[in-house]
Amino acid sequence: MATRSHHELTELDRRLLDSFQRGFPLDPSPFAAIAEAVGSDEETVLAAYRVLQDEGFVSRIGPVVAPHRAGWSTLAAMAVEPAALEETAARVSAHPAVNHNYEREHRLNLWFVVTAPDEAAGIVALDEIAAETGRKVIDLPLIEAFHIDLGFPIQWN
Amino acid sequence: MELSTRDRALLTALEGGLPLVARPYAALGERLGLSEGEVIAALRRLTESGVVKRFGVVVRHHELGYRANAMVVWDVPDDRIAEAGARLSALPFVTLCYRRPRRLPDWPYSLFCMIHGRERAAVEALADEATAKAELSGLPRATLFSQRRFKQRGARYGARDAEGRGRWTISTAA
Repeated sequence: MATRSHHELTELDRRLLDSFQRGFPLDPSPFAAIAEAVGSDEETVLAAYRVLQDEGFVSRIGPVVAPHRAGWSTLAAMAVEPAALEETAARVSAHPAVNHNYEREHRLNLWFVVTAPDEAAGIVALDEIAAETGRKVIDLPLIEAFHIDLGFPIQWN
Repeated sequence: MELSTRDRALLTALEGGLPLVARPYAALGERLGLSEGEVIAALRRLTESGVVKRFGVVVRHHELGYRANAMVVWDVPDDRIAEAGARLSALPFVTLCYRRPRRLPDWPYSLFCMIHGRERAAVEALADEATAKAELSGLPRATLFSQRRFKQRGARYGARDAEGRGRWTISTAA
């Protein structure tokens, strides 16, 4: 579990988090390649990434796939009265198609992303979530992506 | 580009991220019956073709002190959305910018972006700056700060299992 705050990260940790959000080496020994770039050694870099992942600073190292290229997804929202939010959110999170689920400040206060192999399966999932929560689901599928998450430089101060 | 069965299997195997071992692509290949070279070549091709938007470290911004994260939305007339989307995308602090449908009367907004910051006031200032730079002043706008995070993980797109409650894989930018 996280034992450090982000203020306590080492200079190496910060570089490992910041500099490889894209362009992670597609090289047989990527951690050795990173070690060379940052002036460290492979074992130290691997150990640091393991700790950063265990502590929750890193979600994962891997691909971020363009929407609708490998499956179907949508953003959905619900209006839930505050007293029922926790329980409703748990029901939504329990559905295997849901990957993100956040409370946001709005009348529509529960926001989640549903992903599925294709649109038909996604619509089934939305219907199931509506049935399991007894609430109207507002479905807001992507029409056009102008900009997709490419990572961004972290400000450490 | 159509994804092959092999590409899907590879992206599915990467759902939880790269194994943190010295030869991670070889380890992945072993699980899939592919050589290390085949795994690397497939990931290169997926990245170059744009299926994979980026390959790298996915950080948890909240844990890194980015406690304020807002979805900023505007009701932009349809014929101005493309230009506004392009202007917003050029701003360094905008991480996502998507057009989505209005759902009246529940939801009147058509253009969405995400802004992360350390403090609420900073994110509000950036939302104002985005509004001005994308020439959206005067249009209906809402700034939806996130509160509790109930779930965050990579997306799952794999096929459903026999009970019909599937395992879905692959990390996406939706």
